[in-house]
Amino acid sequence: MLKQSKLILLLSLCATAAIAGCGQSNNTSTETGGNASQPSASTSASPEVKEPVEITFYYPVNVGGPLTKVIDSMASTFMDQHPDIKVKPVYTGNYGDNTVKIQAGVQAKQPPDVAVMMSTELYSMLDMNAIIPLDDFIAKDADIKMDDFYPAFIEDTQSEGKTYSLPFQRSTIVMYYNKEMFKAAGLDPEKPPTTWDELVTYAKQLNKDGHAGLEIPGNDDSYWMFQMLARQHAADPKQNIMSSDGKKAMFDTPENVEALQFWLDLSRKNKAMPEGVIDWATVPTDFIEGKTAMMMHTSGNLTNVRNNAKFEFGVAFPPADKQFGSPTGGGNLYIFKDRSPEKQAAAFEFAKYMTAPEQAALFSSSSGYVGVRKSAYDTDAMKKYTADFPQALVARDQLEYAFRELSTHNHGKVSTAITNQIQAALAGQIDAAGALKKAQEEADQALAPFNK
Amino acid sequence: MVPGWSEKLRRNGFGWGLVLPSLLFLCLFTFYPMLKSVWLSMYEKNLATPEPLFVGFDNYVNLLNDQVFKKVFFNNIWFAIGTVPVSLVLAFLMALFADKAMKGRGLSRLAFFYPNMIPMIAVANIWLFLYTPHFGLFAKLASWIADQPVNLLGNPSTVMGALIFMMVWKEAGYFMIFYLAGMQQIPKDLYEAASVNGVGALAAIRRITIPLTMPTTLFVAVVAITNAFKLVDHLWIMTKGGPNNSSNLLLYYIYDTTFNFYDQGMAATMTVVMIALLLVISSLQFFGWDRKIHYE
Repeated sequence: MLKQSKLILLLSLCATAAIAGCGQSNNTSTETGGNASQPSASTSASPEVKEPVEITFYYPVNVGGPLTKVIDSMASTFMDQHPDIKVKPVYTGNYGDNTVKIQAGVQAKQPPDVAVMMSTELYSMLDMNAIIPLDDFIAKDADIKMDDFYPAFIEDTQSEGKTYSLPFQRSTIVMYYNKEMFKAAGLDPEKPPTTWDELVTYAKQLNKDGHAGLEIPGNDDSYWMFQMLARQHAADPKQNIMSSDGKKAMFDTPENVEALQFWLDLSRKNKAMPEGVIDWATVPTDFIEGKTAMMMHTSGNLTNVRNNAKFEFGVAFPPADKQFGSPTGGGNLYIFKDRSPEKQAAAFEFAKYMTAPEQAALFSSSSGYVGVRKSAYDTDAMKKYTADFPQALVARDQLEYAFRELSTHNHGKVSTAITNQIQAALAGQIDAAGALKKAQEEADQALAPFNK
Repeated sequence: MVPGWSEKLRRNGFGWGLVLPSLLFLCLFTFYPMLKSVWLSMYEKNLATPEPLFVGFDNYVNLLNDQVFKKVFFNNIWFAIGTVPVSLVLAFLMALFADKAMKGRGLSRLAFFYPNMIPMIAVANIWLFLYTPHFGLFAKLASWIADQPVNLLGNPSTVMGALIFMMVWKEAGYFMIFYLAGMQQIPKDLYEAASVNGVGALAAIRRITIPLTMPTTLFVAVVAITNAFKLVDHLWIMTKGGPNNSSNLLLYYIYDTTFNFYDQGMAATMTVVMIALLLVISSLQFFGWDRKIHYE
């Protein structure tokens, strides 16, 4: 009996020690990591073999298709060219999951070194004190050439004169349409609708034979689609639904109410679209399966549609009312605080590589995301790709009319406020004016602490 | 004779040694986070105030004025009312069937129980497909009834029903196992005596099976109610609480508040409310219903 009790005590002590040990070994490993990198920095000029700097890279994938393979292979080519840097790419799910993982990491003081996050997370990351500005790196680096990036994408990397991220996985909203259905409905397949009026007429005409004329997704980020309609309808061509410093939302203007009303009318009045909230993820499937003749969706789905649609399809600007317009979307590469300077420098090197013209061209042609730099379109690979598949140029050409996605302080609350109210309006629970008024109130409340 | 000091230590040491590993994990992962939540619920901590600011019970007062919280709370009560009784009754009937079935007994048990062998996320994805407009089986059925395309998960008036239906499908088979075990505990001679005395099968169920499985019912009911308040994975995959919060439930709202709104003080406050609620429900077992139930 005595023996047994001693044994068990011993065992439980071991268990305790093991748990305590976990924490300790963690500490020591970060310490040695810091120590190891310091001497390597001071001796960086010497040619002797040194430990490669290891960096972690988080990225989400939000569209159909095997994009993880593309990104992993880009990372491994980078390592071939930079033997002194080791990149560990981590696929983290969709943008939402990705943000949660990064946020948890930031709180535990173990963020990734570099990550793709929504461009709209900028203010949240700043408020959490989680990211570093890249201006010093950019100033020191002659290769980066910031003016080669499209200005529409640079817009949301900046705040108060500092640049916090590099555009990477970027998109705009485009309109996909089924050319065969256009023919069957007696429409010219080379002439997609270019105005709201045409959109309504065409969609009504296409809404038959068991398929819808048009689908606009309304769950998740419905504010994105709403932003597009609001801009297209705005008298001032620079009007957005929030201020450029992210401290004010402008949801319930009369113009915005009309824009939302137009969206509601597409289904309720004009019977061109299924009623209610249409799911983001099923819209491309519906299009590919011939359940809808036109869809508004991210250009990021281009390759998915191209590979799976068994019919000829066209891509066009979403039709204009007072002007064309689409918010940009997608993610940028951010570099995090609380990491050693060596890791941050390596992370910048990696981010620079991922956005270089050849990689931007490769990433764009394998996904449908827009090449983030002008020179990406001058590469041979891109020229060949777009000659074959001119639809891929639409999203780029649209950048002229593109503008910043809803991005504010307290972004979660503000975007949820508007998303919920749009959903309620689409579901017929509230009218357009009431929905935007409520969204405005909630947004004002969420932004109040930032306007003190 | 009073045991000596070393004897006491030896006995207690053995006991504590056995309990220690579990106790350690329980403290680390249950009690500590609970207390931390209570502490954090007294502070304002969000994107606007990154450094925790002591606000006392302000968070609780704000919670009472939070329309979304109220909506989510009542959603959750409806969800519990919708899922618990139905899955209990179904589980009972399925257990009766699986207990009595002569042929294919194993197969029927397997069929009833298999929803529980699939991981939650896979279940959510399967049902997401079943409810997908144009494609899904149930979506087709619904649009046939309504005579127009129906988006079951995209419509505030149907989304809760769709979730309840899925939850019942998932839970009933699980609870059946408890009922089955309970029924097999009932001595067979009771039924024999009943049938000798000319008591019909239905009366036997009413007079024997139901009263003698009451302890199971109590246990299962408590589990079912707490499960109804703990649902989060399916919402994450299927609706994200939408449209317009009509399928949002407590735990998902807490999750959203923490990770989407970064409002940790408020999330902690809601966590405390939820813990209190779950404690009340499970204490019913110990203090309320338990005494009224017949045990063997």
